[in-house]
Amino acid sequence: MKLAKDYNSVMGRSAEIMKASLGLDFNDFESGSVAFDYEGLMTATGYTIEEIDKIQSRTGVGHTPLLELRNITALARKYAKPGYGARILVKDEAANASGSFKDRRAACAVAHAKKLGYKGVIAATSGNYGAAVASQAAMQGMKCIIVQECYDSKGVGQPEIVEKARKCEALGAEVIQLTVGPELFYEHLSVMEDSGYFNASLYSPFGIAGVETLGYEIAMDCRERFGKDPAMVVCTQAGGGMVTGTARGLIKAGAENTEVVAASIDLTGLHMASDVQFNKKSCTTGHTGFGVPHATNPDTGDVPRSAARPLRYMDRYVTTTQGEVMYMTEMLANLEGLERGPAGNTALAAAFSLAQELPEDEILVVTETEYTGAGKHIQPQLDFARENGIEIFFGNPDQDEPGKNIVLPENPGVFKVKELSLDKMRKSLIKRSVPRAAGKLTAEDIAFLVVDTRSDEAFVKAALDELGVEY
Amino acid sequence: MAKKGEWVRIHKVVLPAAERTAKIPEDTKNVDFEMWVKGTLQNETAEIGEEVTIITATGREEVGKLLEVNPYYTHSYGKFVPEIVEIDKQLREIMQFGGEN
Repeated sequence: MKLAKDYNSVMGRSAEIMKASLGLDFNDFESGSVAFDYEGLMTATGYTIEEIDKIQSRTGVGHTPLLELRNITALARKYAKPGYGARILVKDEAANASGSFKDRRAACAVAHAKKLGYKGVIAATSGNYGAAVASQAAMQGMKCIIVQECYDSKGVGQPEIVEKARKCEALGAEVIQLTVGPELFYEHLSVMEDSGYFNASLYSPFGIAGVETLGYEIAMDCRERFGKDPAMVVCTQAGGGMVTGTARGLIKAGAENTEVVAASIDLTGLHMASDVQFNKKSCTTGHTGFGVPHATNPDTGDVPRSAARPLRYMDRYVTTTQGEVMYMTEMLANLEGLERGPAGNTALAAAFSLAQELPEDEILVVTETEYTGAGKHIQPQLDFARENGIEIFFGNPDQDEPGKNIVLPENPGVFKVKELSLDKMRKSLIKRSVPRAAGKLTAEDIAFLVVDTRSDEAFVKAALDELGVEY
Repeated sequence: MAKKGEWVRIHKVVLPAAERTAKIPEDTKNVDFEMWVKGTLQNETAEIGEEVTIITATGREEVGKLLEVNPYYTHSYGKFVPEIVEIDKQLREIMQFGGEN
C-alpha cells in the first residue's frame, strides 16, 4: 500500500521515520518526563575516542595543524594592557577532507550508517556539513542526499549557500534546495521515508562523538608544545555540536581547567524563518539565530533528543558582529597568509578581543577554520549585502544593526565581545523543558536540569518557582 | 527544447502558501514553500515550464516544472568591494610589514 505523503500524514509518522532512519530507539533513554539518559545516549554510539580517531584517520579527517597566529597575537597585544594578550592559536580544520570540522561529525555518522547496512545517507543542512557528508559518502561508497534551505521566495540564494550546494554536487550528492521555512523538516522526513537512507543528523550521538577528537587533539598538542593546557578555547556556536564535542574531548583529555567560550555573530532582530529577512543577513551560520535557540531549546532538531547540549559545557557565551568577522577574515589572510571562509572565523573574531583579557604567557585556542571559495568569501558576501540594501561602513561595532548595516571595525582596537547572560539562557531552557513533564517534576528531572543547565539545585528550583511549576 | 537524457533542473511547489504551518512569520506564510532539484529528463521532449519527470543523482524520481537545461552555477567572488583594500592597508601599516615606510 502506498503511504499518504501529504504534510500531516508524514509529520504524523515522524517518530517511526526517525527511529528507522537512525537505527536507534530514543525511547530507550527516556524517563517519560523531563529527564533522559544523556550519557547513556552518548555511549550508545559504542565507539571509544580511539575508535573514532581511527575512523576519521582512514578518511583524511582530524589531526589538523594547530597554527600559532603570531602576527595577530602581536596585533592584539598592541591594544591590551601591558603583559596581556594571550598567544592565539587556531586549529586549521579547513585541512580536513571536505574543508571543515564537520568532517569529524560526518565521518562517524557515515561509518555507522555503513556498518548498519544503509545504502545511503541524508542530511538537512545549508552549511559545511552537507559537503562533509557528501565527501564521506563518496569515500565510504554510499549514496547521499542533502536537503538545503537555500532561497527566498524570489529564488535568490545567499552566495555562501549556493557554493555549498555546488560542493555537495561536486562530491556526488543529490541536493534538494528549498525556500525558507521549517517545513524543510517535512521534506526531509518524506525523502528519508521513501529512500530508507540513514539520517546523518547533525545532532545524533554519532555526530557529536566525532567532535570529541577535536578537543582531545587541542589538549594533547598544547601539552606537547607548551607543556600546559590552553587557558581558553573559543568555539563558534551555531547548532551546539562544536561546543559540546570540543568540551567533551577536553574533559576526556583531562583538561578540566580550560575555559570553554562559545561565540556567535549577533543577529538579534532577524527572524530565521522570515522570507524577507532571509537575505538581509550576510552570514549564514555561526550566528545567534541558531546559537541561542540551540543552547536554550536543544531538542527541536531532526532527532528526538539532541546530543548537542552546549549549555552543559560553556563557561561563557559571547557575541561578535558580522563586520568584525569580515574584518578578521581579511586579517587572517593578510597577516597570517591563511585565506579561509568567513563563518569559521566567528570564534577568531571573538578571540582577538578575549585574548586581551588573558596574560601573555597563556594559550588561547580557536577551534576551527573552514574552506573558502566563490560565494563563500568576504567579497561576494559583502557585495551581496550591498546589493540587498545593507549599508557597509567603517565605525565602531556598537553601531551594528543586523539586517541594516555591516560595521567594519575602524581599527583593530575596537574589536570587543559582548557577554550574553548564561543565567537567562538557563532559565529559558528550564521553561522549555517543563512541558515534557507529565505532572510534577521529579527529583530525577531536577537533577537532570541541574546538569543540563550547568547550575545547581537552588537555581533550578528558583527558576521553577518563578514559573509556578510544581516539583 | 529539452530532450530525454539531458541534465535539467526542475521546480516544484511543495506546499502552497495556504497549506503552510502556522508557526512562521506572516511574510513567509504568504508565499509558497518551493523546491528545486536536478536530474536526467525522462520525457522524450519538453519545453521550459512544462511538467516533467526526472531521475535524480541518487536515482529518485521527481516531478516538477522544467526550469533549466544544462544548469550551471554563476556565483562568483563578487564585485569589487573597496573597503577590503582599506582593511589591508590599515593592517599592513600598523604591523609595518617590510619595515617602516
